Amino acid sequence: MSARLESLCQNLQNVLGDRVAGLKTSLGEVTLEVAAGHYLETARILRDHPDLRFEQLMDLTGVDYSAWGDGAWSGPRFAAVCHLTSVSKNWRLRLRVFAPDDGFPVLPSVVGLWNSANWYEREAFDLYGILFEGHPDLRRILSDYGFVGHPFRKDFPISGYVEMRYDPDQRRVVYQPVTIEPRENTPRIIREDSYGDVGHG
Amino acid sequence: MAEIRNYTINFGPQHPAAHGVLRLVLELDGEVIVRADPHIGLLHRATEKLAETKTWLQTVPYLDRLDYVSMMCNEHAYCLAVEKLLGVEVPLRAQYIRVMMDEVTRILNHLLNIGTHALDIGAMTMVLYTFREREDLMDVYEAVSGARLHAAYYRPGGVYRDLPERMPQYAENKFKNAETVRRLNEARQGSLLDFLEDFTNRFPTYVDEYETLLTDNRIWKQRTVGVGVVSPERALALGFSGPMLRGSGVEWDLRKKQPYEVYDRMEFDVPVGVNGDCYDRYLVRIEEMRQANRIVRQCIDWLRKNPGPVITDNHKVAPPPREKMKAGMEDLIHHFKLFTEGMHVPPGEVYAAIEHPKGEFGVYAISDGGNKPYRLKLRSPGFPHLAATDEMAKGHMIADATAIIGTIDLVLGDTDR
Repeated sequence: MSARLESLCQNLQNVLGDRVAGLKTSLGEVTLEVAAGHYLETARILRDHPDLRFEQLMDLTGVDYSAWGDGAWSGPRFAAVCHLTSVSKNWRLRLRVFAPDDGFPVLPSVVGLWNSANWYEREAFDLYGILFEGHPDLRRILSDYGFVGHPFRKDFPISGYVEMRYDPDQRRVVYQPVTIEPRENTPRIIREDSYGDVGHG
Repeated sequence: MAEIRNYTINFGPQHPAAHGVLRLVLELDGEVIVRADPHIGLLHRATEKLAETKTWLQTVPYLDRLDYVSMMCNEHAYCLAVEKLLGVEVPLRAQYIRVMMDEVTRILNHLLNIGTHALDIGAMTMVLYTFREREDLMDVYEAVSGARLHAAYYRPGGVYRDLPERMPQYAENKFKNAETVRRLNEARQGSLLDFLEDFTNRFPTYVDEYETLLTDNRIWKQRTVGVGVVSPERALALGFSGPMLRGSGVEWDLRKKQPYEVYDRMEFDVPVGVNGDCYDRYLVRIEEMRQANRIVRQCIDWLRKNPGPVITDNHKVAPPPREKMKAGMEDLIHHFKLFTEGMHVPPGEVYAAIEHPKGEFGVYAISDGGNKPYRLKLRSPGFPHLAATDEMAKGHMIADATAIIGTIDLVLGDTDR
């Protein structure tokens, strides 16, 4: 671990104290986990504290962990992952927060802190169904007008449920159940740890 | 007295200045924009979801189709992410090739942007000039990868093959006579590097031509100066990156600040704007093309002197050469396993970002140890830029909407993913 990352971790520990639910460095990147209750407060400190100064939210995304490792996952299902950048300190940080309720995932919105979160949170809502409390305009963004469901959840099939076609009798576009079946040429496989280990060529 | 109501119009999705399929709902008070609400997703192909059903290698060509004017840069971020997860070293020559092609891509992208931006706000000629140069660079793409647009040239572990020794040449036909063909083939007698060097010699003159047409053009200035002003603080809060951020006066370039590949060995300057308006962003892009030209020249120089492998010899990641595969059992097995089951990426998560021509293009990949990504998030630069349209367009005239869409260098394939 380089000295820069070490000082970042040190600063995070000092400033955030017991709000830190997990702090990990791997592959040269720092990941901070906080509880949903501390999320907004932590985000504000990360942005404003002179030792941290994460001015930019580069990315915010939802993740659905339900199919992790073929059922090896036991924690909460949905998480929001932010990637923060500090232009003045030249640091990056990944901030992960799990939504406490799997059935009705709600997280506070950070739009007020970083305005770039606006569309990212709309996207996470659209694709994963995570609700962001305090978001000014939580509409769907990428999927079709009137779309039902949250397509990036792991239980949503890749082919979807409905397809659209032009109906010559009704002379308009209609929705109907999909007529295609997903075709998977290469199954998803997780091998044991040492299998085909890249490090052992 | 009659009731006065704001007028709402649809800009796009089939408007020629919408750069693809952007639907912009504009609420107008007379000719002044009160609210701009971009509706995106008309080109949403769920690349990230598709990637979850494909092996790590099969995802590479999907990346080309995101930002379809800077194809190789998209692949680059993805390959960096996979390599970081795998812990694979990329040969030095491959790194130089990647940097060179990235900068070629940057020129390609900015040429398209400046050409179409000018076209959108009335300078018809620009696009004719910029597409002339794009043609040469498209030929470079084709010579290197076999495809003019969707290259799939970068692979995890390096690049697909070494630079070609000769350039394809034009042949005589009923549209091109011998004289034309001779003139077109003049620069194509040597290798790809010769052709590219010839281009870099010519290119600064071309940029001067663009500047003659636009930089002091009073109509161009009238349309861009003071339009879509973003202060540095707002640019940071809105998640801007790339020329959009630098145009506002924030000196932030990942190639300098968090160098990847061999950018730390390159000599180049980072242009920064002052006022944060459309005109400054245009100037930043013009200067970036000149700097990209400089970097390409440095790469050509190095690549001439240093032959070597261009892809890792770890055959769990990259296939063995075909000659060896024909004779060696081990190599045949590697090839078979790699293209059926694919590579296994150790569990973990990584965010790899590069200085894409449009801004920061990031790939956030999560692996659970399988042969496919568990989750792939693509952080496209255009997404937050477009989200800021409302703030940038508010209070401007309706005609400035096109200038603002032009300046954010919008490609919907990249925004919608």
